[in-house]
Amino acid sequence: MQNFLDYFSQSLLFRNFIEVLMGLDNTLLLLIISLPIGFILSLVFALGRVSKNKILSKPIAGYIFVIRGTPLLVQIYLIYFGLGSIEFIRESFLWILLKEPFWCGVLALTINTVAYGSEIFRGGIQSVTKGQIESGLSLGFNKFMLLRKIILPIALRKVLPSYGNELILMVKATSLVSLTTYMEMTGIARKIMAKTFAPVEAFVAAGILYLFLNFLMVQFVKYLEWKYNPHLRVEQN
Amino acid sequence: MFKFEKLVFGDLGWGDEFLFATLMTITVSILSMGLGLCLAIVTVWAKLITNKITRIVANFYTTVVRGVPELLVIYLIFFGGNTVVMSIAKLFGYNGYIELNALTIGTIAIAFISATYSSEVLRAAYLAINKGQIEAAKALGLNKFQIFFKVMGPQILRHALPGIGNVWQITLKDTSLISVTGLVEIMRQTRIASNVEHSPLTFLVTAALLYLFLTTFSGKFFKVLELNFSKGYN
Repeated sequence: MQNFLDYFSQSLLFRNFIEVLMGLDNTLLLLIISLPIGFILSLVFALGRVSKNKILSKPIAGYIFVIRGTPLLVQIYLIYFGLGSIEFIRESFLWILLKEPFWCGVLALTINTVAYGSEIFRGGIQSVTKGQIESGLSLGFNKFMLLRKIILPIALRKVLPSYGNELILMVKATSLVSLTTYMEMTGIARKIMAKTFAPVEAFVAAGILYLFLNFLMVQFVKYLEWKYNPHLRVEQN
Repeated sequence: MFKFEKLVFGDLGWGDEFLFATLMTITVSILSMGLGLCLAIVTVWAKLITNKITRIVANFYTTVVRGVPELLVIYLIFFGGNTVVMSIAKLFGYNGYIELNALTIGTIAIAFISATYSSEVLRAAYLAINKGQIEAAKALGLNKFQIFFKVMGPQILRHALPGIGNVWQITLKDTSLISVTGLVEIMRQTRIASNVEHSPLTFLVTAALLYLFLTTFSGKFFKVLELNFSKGYN
């Protein structure tokens, strides 16, 4: 056993694992900033998308169409390389943020998740039945109360599984930010590969970490589903 | 800013290069979608037959590939693929150096990813078919092949088409990632052109428009197909 542990702790895979683990905070940082902002903006955009005001809903529909129709990689490059080539932006205060690959990554990930997220939320909002809204109206709720007490709770818990999917896609999408020289887990795995010429060990180490992250994400979404769908819980005994 | 004159066809602009790059993207997408569907059929079969080992292997494959970033899968197959192929060749007594070209590796990598999504779609479509249908076919005296090709196949296709359309869009967008292997598709052409001309915005916007064009029109195509396949139901 001792022998095995010694062997394991000196193996390339384990050393790579430790090294890739050092990039975990960078990956998490991307997620911690872009996911909450993405969530709130998705809700706002979804509400704008279902509103009867065409001036509000049409541009949002166009934005969703463009973002969902192009690869995330193009969006990241557009923000990192494209915006940087515009003189006007380089001279504005935005340049302090946009010259950093990290903030470009955050911006691209947020823009991307808002497009997908708002489509998901729109489905949830539109699935609230008319009777539920009418019963709210008959209780004398105003528009805001209706939204806060009836539409959003019903819509959000309904879309939890599909929004959970989107969250997992976002965890996977952070790996693309490594192509803008930002050193998160995939970037570090790439660097290890260039150093040791052992691609399998480097990328498997990173893969295990991503699997673990996604596993946690799935558990988190499952917990939320359990918490907010009390009527669907299977009673023990 | 945006330089239209860089996009003309011929020696002065990048128009023809981008045309070929777009064709390459379409080629890779179609090849990997087809290969992915074949892989997906095998995966679904492994998941549905009553054999524990094949089911565990298939579940492991879909869980791992869907839980790991696409870029990582592509890196692994791009950098590790040659080693695997060479060791397989060694088993058959060939000791030389083999290098797979970028198109092959890219196609295999994307197919590997798209197969996991397609397999879920196909599995759901298979399970959506009423058992009575198979029993009715058996009662008519059809053999296994006839049941599959005349009764199950068309219905699976109809149930799966919307999902397959989604997987196609994902696959099409994922092909942008194999630019890291050096295959000259839209994304790689964009990087080359913007490095030469020092005008990334022009070419990135072009790339975005090309992808938008491809996804929109293939989406329309799938809509028509869906209508065609559900003719008997409306």
